[in-house]
Amino acid sequence: MKNRAEVIVIGGGSTGTSIAYHLAKLGVDVVLVEKGYLGSGSTFRCATGIRQQFTDEANIKLMRYNVERWKKLSEELEYDVNFKQTGYLFLATTEEEVEAFKENIKLHNKFGVPTRLITPEEAKEIVPPLNADEFLAGQWNPTDGKANPFKTVFAFARKAKELGAEIYEYTEITGIIVENKEIKGVKTNRGTIKADVVVNAANAWAPILNEMAGLDREFIPIKPFKHQLVKTEPLKEGQIEPLVCPPAWNDSYVLQDGEDGGVLCGTGLEYGPTYDMTPTYEFLREVLKWATRIIPALKYAHIIRQWAGFYAKTPDSNPAIGKINYIDGFYIAAGFSGHGFMMAPGVGEAMAELIVKGKSHVPLDWEWYDPHRFERGELRSTAFQIG
Amino acid sequence: MSEEKKIIICRCNDVTLEEIEALIDQGITDIETIKRLLRIGMGPCQGRTCLPMVISIIARKTGKSPDEIKLPATRIPVRPVPAGVLVGEIDEE
Ligand SMILES: Cc1cc2nc3c(=O)[nH]c(=O)nc-3n(C[C@H](O)[C@H](O)[C@H](O)COP(=O)(O)OP(=O)(O)OC[C@H]3O[C@@H](n4cnc5c(N)ncnc54)[C@H](O)[C@@H]3O)c2cc1C
Ligand code: FES
Repeated sequence: MKNRAEVIVIGGGSTGTSIAYHLAKLGVDVVLVEKGYLGSGSTFRCATGIRQQFTDEANIKLMRYNVERWKKLSEELEYDVNFKQTGYLFLATTEEEVEAFKENIKLHNKFGVPTRLITPEEAKEIVPPLNADEFLAGQWNPTDGKANPFKTVFAFARKAKELGAEIYEYTEITGIIVENKEIKGVKTNRGTIKADVVVNAANAWAPILNEMAGLDREFIPIKPFKHQLVKTEPLKEGQIEPLVCPPAWNDSYVLQDGEDGGVLCGTGLEYGPTYDMTPTYEFLREVLKWATRIIPALKYAHIIRQWAGFYAKTPDSNPAIGKINYIDGFYIAAGFSGHGFMMAPGVGEAMAELIVKGKSHVPLDWEWYDPHRFERGELRSTAFQIG
Repeated sequence: MSEEKKIIICRCNDVTLEEIEALIDQGITDIETIKRLLRIGMGPCQGRTCLPMVISIIARKTGKSPDEIKLPATRIPVRPVPAGVLVGEIDEE
């Protein structure tokens, strides 16, 4: 293990591996430290969805840029991350929701996202087994999509290493060394690494690392909430390719996994704050109640897996991204509140440029995601969260 | 390619001995990583058939003892059940 680097990235999920890759690409001597294996935090546990359908300008713009990055990511990383533009379909059950959909669509269109209102019949053409009779209209964007989280993390890490980054798995950060309000390095269970810059990309665990640097845990109030998914046996391709979600049905959603065609089923039942990852029977019953209402034929599909991970939630469901002004050389990109996988390419690029050049060409609104907004009591409008 | 290399180790997801050995040769010996890159152990049998074999392949290629190789987490439900059974709409056959 090296004992010195220019930048140390803490956390080997989609965020950390993307930051490490983009730093290495800019010629930075970077080390990434992950306490488990790459992706073992929340990244592998996610529902794979990538959407631009948010309800505020900052997230829509950032995600629009991200989708452009996702489209070229396999080629850039020379590894297939299996990105597919299979769309996101939201479904309305009341007239009020249809009106809200129309407002959302106006906003999406304003920033170049081609969302449109569709009829239940059109929705059924896109998702053949849909229980279309239950819905009044759909909010449909065919340019949203999904990708394989494991392959994404693996591809970022592989390319980062090719460009000279070092990645230490099964290595835990146990301390952050700060002297005179300046970052000096980190302590791990395998030794000390010196560096002038440390990036906290530990998402659900980020407050623990902030505390290690001498900051108050509540300074950036990220809380871990247990969210779960259930997966069915593989179904024939092309049945439920988009992510399908009637928000009024407890934020429940279904989509076919882009790899094997099994159906991922999620719902808004959450537990926490907690670091417990045990799946619950209550969730299994709740999620299937909704999933079989959205797609009645799912009654006959065998359930083969269930697992849990964390939504690292902030009070406004927007992440904290940027520089921490109290300690020179300390940066954070965490608190993704259930939508961090989709943002990884753009956030990694923006963070790397911020660290190296002090600014970035990525359309990321630093004001909006400012890590200091919580202590100022300045919350953003709540980012649209699913599940 | 020798016939032996075409041996299927994970029947559920059609993964061959050759694919597993190729990853180990690239230096990827962590079972969690191999499992997710090749989707071994994620089929309907949930690895009951293939994971013991994968462990012995890793052990043979890396010289580790099989006990040192941690078994990946198993996920509930233990046995696949149709969704309708769990919501009480259909009876299990
Ligand atoms: C059920 C579910 C569904 C989801 N669906 C989606 C979706 O469809 N689309 C989407 O974009 N997002 C989704 N998410 C959210 C997504 O999983 C996360 O936002 C994303 O994975 C965050 O990535 P990350 O790299 O920031 O965090 P993580 O992947 O959690 O990585 C943080 C890493 O830090 C490591 N770490 C912590 N402490 C230490 C330490 N002391 N030393 C070293 N390493 C440490 C952890 O082990 C972990 O690997 C979902 C999440 C869940 C749970
Ligand atoms: S044989 Fe590998 S999962 Fe069934």
